[in-house]
Amino acid sequence: MNLTWYLVVSALIFCIGAGGVLVRRNPLVILLCIELMLNAANLALVGFSRAHGNMEGQMFALIVMVVAACEVAVGLGLIVALFRRRLPIDVDELRELHG
Amino acid sequence: MAEVLFFIAAIGAVAGAVGTVSLRNPFYAVLALVCHLLALAALFLLLRAEFVAAAQVVVYAGAVMVLYVFVVAYVGGSGEPLSLAGGASLRFASILFALALFVELTIALVGTGLSALETEGAAYTPGFGTPAEVGELFLTKFLVAFEIASLLLLIAAVGAVILARRRAGLGEPDEVSVADVMRSREVTASDAPTGSMLEAAGPPKR
Repeated sequence: MNLTWYLVVSALIFCIGAGGVLVRRNPLVILLCIELMLNAANLALVGFSRAHGNMEGQMFALIVMVVAACEVAVGLGLIVALFRRRLPIDVDELRELHG
Repeated sequence: MAEVLFFIAAIGAVAGAVGTVSLRNPFYAVLALVCHLLALAALFLLLRAEFVAAAQVVVYAGAVMVLYVFVVAYVGGSGEPLSLAGGASLRFASILFALALFVELTIALVGTGLSALETEGAAYTPGFGTPAEVGELFLTKFLVAFEIASLLLLIAAVGAVILARRRAGLGEPDEVSVADVMRSREVTASDAPTGSMLEAAGPPKR
């Protein structure tokens, strides 16, 4: 398969994720959409790694997965803290810092 | 054969992504993301990234998604209300933005002069993408990144535990905390500012 196809699929997944971050209001689903965008970046990295016959893109993808796991842990901790304080799980309602 | 597998995996990945964004129940969104991750692992295999594909399935579709499912079950996967605060125009603008971004990225990708993208990639050398190669690179060339990644994981684990821990006065019904006194009837009725977190939380439930 032509490597351009992989990159176009990666761009499509990234745009779906970006649209989801903008449209959805549940912070859980927003975290899922950020995962989508990170995965699209991973696919592009692995595709370029294949194009050059060089392993470094794959190492970059693995490090991105580590950072994504950290981001998920902290984000889910924040959502659990929100739930414990009986705050609404909705990013439009949480506007204390809006000024 | 590779073409057929690519299209099956790509359609699976895009369908999983669309399901994640569009499904109303967060639990179903998590399940759609699991489908997306498995299809993406197949794409990684087609790109000869065996170790990345295995890590994707084990770490992402396994561990991280279990964490998501637990939190959705704890918080309660209630659907979103239909009425949008921003209105339909904001949603329309968001979708338009995503489409414009896709068109722009596709023009940049198709119009690029990189000749390597028009081929099936560099010639395959034995050992490309295997765990042995990955391990050797992580312990030689990328040792600093490897160690910093482990430190980052430690910090994130400690931070998540501190953020989600049970705070005094929120779990035990016998204790009365300062927050509960602040939220009692006299305070909330008279001078709690409107639109604040105190108002959203309402009077203490006991």
